[in-house]
Amino acid sequence: MLDLLFYVFSAITLIAALVMVFNPNAVSGAMAMIVSFVGTAALFVLLEAYFLAILQILVYAGAVMVLFLFIIMLLDVDKSEKAFPSDKLTLLGSFVGFALLAVLVASTFSGGHLPEPTLLPVLENPTGTAAGIPFTTSAKSFGYSLFTKYMLPFQVCGFLLLAAMIGVIVVSKKHEQGNS
Amino acid sequence: MSVGLNAFILVAGLLFAIGFLGVILRRNTLVIFMSLELMLNAVNLALVAFSRYNGTMDGNLFVFFIITVAAAEVAVGLAIIVALFRRRQSVMVDNLNALSR
Repeated sequence: MLDLLFYVFSAITLIAALVMVFNPNAVSGAMAMIVSFVGTAALFVLLEAYFLAILQILVYAGAVMVLFLFIIMLLDVDKSEKAFPSDKLTLLGSFVGFALLAVLVASTFSGGHLPEPTLLPVLENPTGTAAGIPFTTSAKSFGYSLFTKYMLPFQVCGFLLLAAMIGVIVVSKKHEQGNS
Repeated sequence: MSVGLNAFILVAGLLFAIGFLGVILRRNTLVIFMSLELMLNAVNLALVAFSRYNGTMDGNLFVFFIITVAAAEVAVGLAIIVALFRRRQSVMVDNLNALSR
């Protein structure tokens, strides 16, 4: 049953991503992106990361994509412009992209392994904070880890959000007539 | 669940490749930005899969920080795109080229 759910959610996510990339209309692309994010949240639930699944829907699908839709509708993009280019450099780039896809699929199904170098003894049996927090499905372990092991990145992220907020206000301010 | 780690990594890699194709092929700045978010999403999926299959929580916490940073990046990037639109009246990448043709 869970295997079937994995295939269904992966198909939804990938097909929505393809629709987003290849649809000339930007608003339809944003809607497909929301479906893709919800599909990814479903895959998070399958991986027993319930808190992250809700966070994905709240932040990504709920805030980021709504912001995108605001801006897409505000800027009112002219749909008659050519959506896909055809010059040589872009064809080469798309060929590299397809080659990446093909190599990825082939390496997954061929069963090959990446070479495993021998680790230092200190890395073989990590102890203390390097050992990694044991996996739980509760949100309490998130809070515990954020305030003990990952305190510094947590505070830095708070500072980053403040800087982003100030940056957005400064960038989107209309300049007076005197400035260039 | 008998689905192995390989399947999740394949899905994450496919999502990343699709986002990469979006960044390369599209001319609309907003769609390029959305494809960039798709690539970040693919990395999130890979991190959560590895975290689950290794039995640690650190991958999930890293995803927490990636979601935070991606949200801040989207806010600032969209403000820049709006400012660019005010200046150039276009969001197509071809029209935003300031170098000599």
